[in-house]
Amino acid sequence: MSAPTPAAPPAPGQTTTPGQPLSGPAAAAVTAPPGILATVGALLRKELRVELRTLESVPGMSLFAVTTFVVFHFALNQSSVDGDLASGILWVTLLFAAMLGVNRLFVADAEQGGFDGFLLAPVDRSALFLAKAAALLIYLLVLEVVAVPAFALLLLLPPLHQALPDLLLVLLLADIGIAVIGTLIAAMTVRTRARDLLGPLLALPLLVPVIIGGARATSPLFALTHAGGSPARWLGTLGLYDLVFGLIAYAVFDFLLEE
Amino acid sequence: MPGLPFHTAGPYVFAAYIVFFTLVVVYVAIMAVRLTRVQREVVALTELARQQQMDETPPTP
Amino acid sequence: MARPAQPISAQATYGSGLRKLTIAAAALMLLALTMVFFWVPNDADQGFLQKIFYIHVPLAIISLCGFVAGGVLAIFHLRTGDRRWDMRSYVAIHLSLVFAVGTLITGSIWARGSWGHWWVWSEPTLVSFLIVFLLYATYQPLRFAIEDPERQARYASVFAITCGAFVPLNFLAVRLSTQYLHPRVLGETSNLPWKFALTFYVSLLAMTVLFVALWKFEMTAKQTRAQVRTLRRLLTEDRSDFVPASGRSAAPRPDAPLTPAPTTPGSAGRVHPPAPAPALTRTSPR
Repeated sequence: MSAPTPAAPPAPGQTTTPGQPLSGPAAAAVTAPPGILATVGALLRKELRVELRTLESVPGMSLFAVTTFVVFHFALNQSSVDGDLASGILWVTLLFAAMLGVNRLFVADAEQGGFDGFLLAPVDRSALFLAKAAALLIYLLVLEVVAVPAFALLLLLPPLHQALPDLLLVLLLADIGIAVIGTLIAAMTVRTRARDLLGPLLALPLLVPVIIGGARATSPLFALTHAGGSPARWLGTLGLYDLVFGLIAYAVFDFLLEE
Repeated sequence: MPGLPFHTAGPYVFAAYIVFFTLVVVYVAIMAVRLTRVQREVVALTELARQQQMDETPPTP
Repeated sequence: MARPAQPISAQATYGSGLRKLTIAAAALMLLALTMVFFWVPNDADQGFLQKIFYIHVPLAIISLCGFVAGGVLAIFHLRTGDRRWDMRSYVAIHLSLVFAVGTLITGSIWARGSWGHWWVWSEPTLVSFLIVFLLYATYQPLRFAIEDPERQARYASVFAITCGAFVPLNFLAVRLSTQYLHPRVLGETSNLPWKFALTFYVSLLAMTVLFVALWKFEMTAKQTRAQVRTLRRLLTEDRSDFVPASGRSAAPRPDAPLTPAPTTPGSAGRVHPPAPAPALTRTSPR
């Protein structure tokens, strides 16, 4: 599947057969290559469209999360949880469901030649990273739309609504970190042997600070006596992590695509 | 926390230093195994080179 | 046949300063051990057990610096495309992993002596090291899973850079998460009395020199193996029945051709399935 370059209108003064759009190298030569935002937008739209048609990542992730809650109920022999335990169950479940999404992120591109198509297009290569990370972020957010209410329904003891704004912020910050690292690791492992095993093996230690920040931040939110918002320290940790690894992943991603 | 007396703490300290020493020694041993393998290959290659040299020199009539 | 990478034999050999370095390492180690066991007094709190401090903490510090150095060397590799940087990065990470194992074991022994448990979650250094160890333990499996040597080197460098940046962040996060639970179990390195401080710094210096010496040692060994392989390739260019001594490994091969050369069975000395490279012209390295 070829990477979508936006259809190029003929530049003023350029003679062309009426009704026949320029194609191939001619189009690239005539118009300036699309800016990075346009490329990211196009790639992201393609990602989401493919996901909506094939539904191969998000439903699986969501189902996995709900099933995992059931497993936790039987494994821990708890009917309702709060505080640290609740926080831990939620984050472990989200993390492993995210790993499923990470495994699938580049598989279609690797198997159907999407990498080659993208490399041939005259666009900034980092756009692929931004688009894929944004797609993974969206998948994670949709996952949480399903998983968090399921969690509140099945296992969580204290009511959720007063903690909701803080919880959303923590989830967003953590999801950005997971999306950044997940995309980088997915690109690294998609063309290796045993990719499904190697991916989580590489990503999980790298995501430990996200777990630390996320779990510590949501723990007071799930406390029986609603103790107040998340400590700023953990939000700061998550934010710093997102910033540092966002920059690093953006910088090194190109080197994964060279062929 | 109270300091352990020598006869209790001693084994732990020596165990720690012995672990470090063992790691270094094991590392050297692995390098030594590789070195012998390389040496074996050099011997084989030298033999090969000598053979090639003999093949190239025309036999004396 | 594709031209091999820049011939190793034309470059300076790594073994040149090795002897002096190992002598220095041995001498410093001897000095440090003498100071630890014969000169510095016992700690008031922890007694004789505290002496593990002089081996555990230098191991930890050097290991961490080695991991970060591996990341920096990987940056040079990606920027210059010279695979020797990748070899340097690989060796640094490999050695740091060994030192990390040493840190974990000596730390565990110290925890057992202090607290009676072989593992304590309340000691941030130990916990951080466990995470870092688990992370870098995947470095070699990652290399092994990629067959094309050029891609392997590139991906490994990307991984090394990411993980090198991860190490300090990880320490920060773990330190934050344990800070308000327990006091530090295994001792601080600041505010030491002068005798302790001097012994510590001598131990640290000895460990540093040892690391560099082992690094040079391994680089020399790798370079020698690479030269032997070049020699073998030169001698067996027209012979297809020469059986190689070694199989496939995860270690970088700076002398391997940039594009997989068309191989006859048994030549090039590698047990190697046909390269699955796509039919793209190779873009020039940046």
